[in-house]
Amino acid sequence: MTGKHLTFTLNGEPRETSADPRTHLADFLRYGLGLTGTHVGCEHGVCGACTVIVDGVPVRSCLMLAVQIDCCTVETVEGLANGDELSPLQQAFSTHHGLQCGFCTPGMLMTLEALLRATPSPTEHDIRMAISGNICRCTGYQGIVEAALAAAAVRTSTP
Amino acid sequence: MSARYFGAAVARVEDPRLLAGRGRYVDDAVLPGMLHAAFVRASMAHGRIRNIDASDAKGMPGVVAIYTMADFAGIAQGAMPPMAPHPLLPTPITYHPLAVEEVCHVGEAIAIVLADDRATAEDAAAAVLLDIEELPAVADAVLAWKAGAPRVHSKRPSNIAASLKAGFSDCDAVFAKADHVLTERFDIHRGGCHSMECRGVVASVDPHSGVLTLSTSSQSPYMVRRHLATYLGRDESEIRVMTPDVGGGFGPKANVYPEEFAVALAAIKTGRPVKWIEDRQEHFVATTQQRGQVWTLDVAFDNDGRMRAIRGHCIHDNGAYAPYGLILPATALASFPGPYALEALDLTIDVVLTNLVPTSPVRGACRPNAAFLLERLADRIARHLGIDRQQVRRRSFVRADQMPYSTGMKARDGSPISYDSGDYIAALDLVLDKIGAAGFEARRAAAADRGKLLGLGIASCVEDTGLGPFEGASVRVTPAGKVVVSTGASSQGQGHRTAFAQIAADALGVELNDVMVETADTSRFPLGMSTIASRIAVTAGSSVELAAQKVRAKAIAFASHKLEVGEQDLELEGGAVRVKGVPGMNVSLSEIARTLAGNVGISLPGGMEPDLAATAYFNSTALTFAYGANACEVEIDPETGDVRVVRYVVVHDCGKLINPLIVDGQIRGGVVHGIGNALFERMIYDEAGQPLTTTYADYFLPLASEMPPIEIHHVETPSPRNPIGVKGAGEGGTIPAAACVISAVENALGSNAPFIHLHPISPQQVVKWLERTASAAKA
Ligand code: FES
Ligand code: FES
Repeated sequence: MTGKHLTFTLNGEPRETSADPRTHLADFLRYGLGLTGTHVGCEHGVCGACTVIVDGVPVRSCLMLAVQIDCCTVETVEGLANGDELSPLQQAFSTHHGLQCGFCTPGMLMTLEALLRATPSPTEHDIRMAISGNICRCTGYQGIVEAALAAAAVRTSTP
Repeated sequence: MSARYFGAAVARVEDPRLLAGRGRYVDDAVLPGMLHAAFVRASMAHGRIRNIDASDAKGMPGVVAIYTMADFAGIAQGAMPPMAPHPLLPTPITYHPLAVEEVCHVGEAIAIVLADDRATAEDAAAAVLLDIEELPAVADAVLAWKAGAPRVHSKRPSNIAASLKAGFSDCDAVFAKADHVLTERFDIHRGGCHSMECRGVVASVDPHSGVLTLSTSSQSPYMVRRHLATYLGRDESEIRVMTPDVGGGFGPKANVYPEEFAVALAAIKTGRPVKWIEDRQEHFVATTQQRGQVWTLDVAFDNDGRMRAIRGHCIHDNGAYAPYGLILPATALASFPGPYALEALDLTIDVVLTNLVPTSPVRGACRPNAAFLLERLADRIARHLGIDRQQVRRRSFVRADQMPYSTGMKARDGSPISYDSGDYIAALDLVLDKIGAAGFEARRAAAADRGKLLGLGIASCVEDTGLGPFEGASVRVTPAGKVVVSTGASSQGQGHRTAFAQIAADALGVELNDVMVETADTSRFPLGMSTIASRIAVTAGSSVELAAQKVRAKAIAFASHKLEVGEQDLELEGGAVRVKGVPGMNVSLSEIARTLAGNVGISLPGGMEPDLAATAYFNSTALTFAYGANACEVEIDPETGDVRVVRYVVVHDCGKLINPLIVDGQIRGGVVHGIGNALFERMIYDEAGQPLTTTYADYFLPLASEMPPIEIHHVETPSPRNPIGVKGAGEGGTIPAAACVISAVENALGSNAPFIHLHPISPQQVVKWLERTASAAKA
């Protein structure tokens, strides 16, 4: 790949590659690195499907240029599970039917992962506000909210 | 058969892959040598194409080709075949894959650009120079309907594409005898659909076999194959269409689209794989929308509130093309009389072309429109007579003792429509009980103390589900003892794999994760229709059951022969056929499958046919009717006009539930879609047909922060019309939801408020209505 040279950490692994200055982070992850778990639903920063965590903060990867992740730590949906073992949040999504088509799901997971790290015991209101920037057309959100509450309970009860 | 999985809320087998980010959606595919497509689209709503100059664009680095329809002349030409031909549309109104001569809405595709990557293709698309003579456009169906309106298509003599009629009995006679008659005009807004994944397609031609393969984000892969084969003059065996994971459908993806054809043509022409992924801006201007209709209805009713007859007229905004024929307006008519036992009905719909994006079914098709009209009329009658809204329903609904009930309407094949089962009044009673209608006035008073207006809404519906003619499925046990279910039914997130696996696992006595389900690949299963009209649980679900039962019977026949035990003494359990009550005496499905897979020179036992497999098609000859009663509470801030749905309760009967988790998810998502229609989603065009709301900053979809929890209560009346007793559940949440919310808003505004005859409503309107109510009260 041509373009600007980048050094960053991706899902815990150090990476060194380069990116075209015009490529946004979502396209870079998907097409440059083959990490197609990150989805693109609007490319104008409203739907949240493209949410990833950069330096601990959830960001919209369609609104960020790939070259901005130089020296950053990037986390995507592919990094949530431990091998084949789903994280408590992922598991709770399945148990509480927090996904249907699965298209919004990676963005939802990353937004909620960031929320649960910052706010280990969120209220339903906290959760609904946190995902108010993530659009889901399938679920009506309730399963997602229930999943986040359940995951919070699991995470706070396990050391 | 001991039900183990059927009816259980098992977690979906689809989930782990999707949660781990390992879904395979159409845009995730990368093929060697793949080109990326972008479309040059019309920027005006109506125009005559004079010239397309791509010379500069073609020279841009990375651009491989730019094609217009003329470039495909050696492969195919003409307009696309209609998906649903109708005698009232003798000249189909379908797109060309790329516009020829005339463009009829903003966003219509004119040329396809192929480049090494999408960004380059988009840059080149912007550099194609279009010389288009602007023609008068008409963006409003009522204006387009009037005599002398500009023509939507310059070559069609009229903007009225067709007029459909439906009804029964002598309406005028019933009106003449009724105690009261009222007339109301209704205005239902168009809106969009917005699956979170836009459309997309990858086409490639196998250089050895010549087979054209499409992977497309579609609800109807078999329709894509059929119509593409017709268009290209190829045999269906030379075309393979499959759907990868699809990120939501909700109706629009049931169409066969011009982009699918153009991408296929480009792949044939270049000999290279071509990918096109629709972006959200394109989705706003090129994916079908719904639900614009303007109705004028007369309703006849008696002093006691009994609704007796309805007559009226509708102007239906069809948009610029009718790829799906007259399905949508026909569905509007077929949705009457809903739960109401009318004595007569007389409706006409004028299907009116406009220079806007075409319309086609969006979750519920026109059923939400009909529910809105009927429920609004019921509320209107109650207001007129000064009686409770529920009384109108109680006195007008079809009663349980009338089932099966012939509504008076006729199906498309002329057979009488008859509701199979249900108790609409009991559902209403239950929902009123669950929302605590008896305590509502106390809650209203408490809200008033906080300066808020609380309103209670009710709405019921009946939904025809399980539309024919069929889906099919094959069930096969592999030599390893795994069960493979294959069906043509495509999935867009409804959990079909799980539901079908539940059915097959029970029939064959295996574990859920021993069943693999493959869907919607024309090379794997020969026939399929579409995932539309809440039909897949009924049609494909029943097919899986029928095929699995055939496999079960064959396994039992084999074991009976081998173990020399009567068939009645055998059962399937734990992956084997077992002799009841004799532990250890069994033959595994794996062994049966291995034996029936054959060994050279050895005859099959008992003269059995090869393969432990069977195929079945469930012919859905009669619709099965789901129904529901909804109630909700809204809270209005009188200062800002902000409306919040604070409680929502659904009572729903979709027959037997295969998986309650999945059904509840369908209903909740559906209700939220309907709340969006009632309060938020507004697709605005200016007078010239320019869309003004083409981002999610302008077009509001319902968000988690605005949505209430949704409480669901199931009534399970098994359908007598299919072997598994199910009724469809995909749209029942949406159908009454907008009507329910609007009913609650009107109730909150008080008895002096204007009758609400439209949706979506805005905070500005709410404030205006409140001001009007206040000044009327003063005067
Ligand atoms: S794709 Fe980034 S917010 Fe929608
Ligand atoms: S699960 Fe389909 S958009 Fe959320």
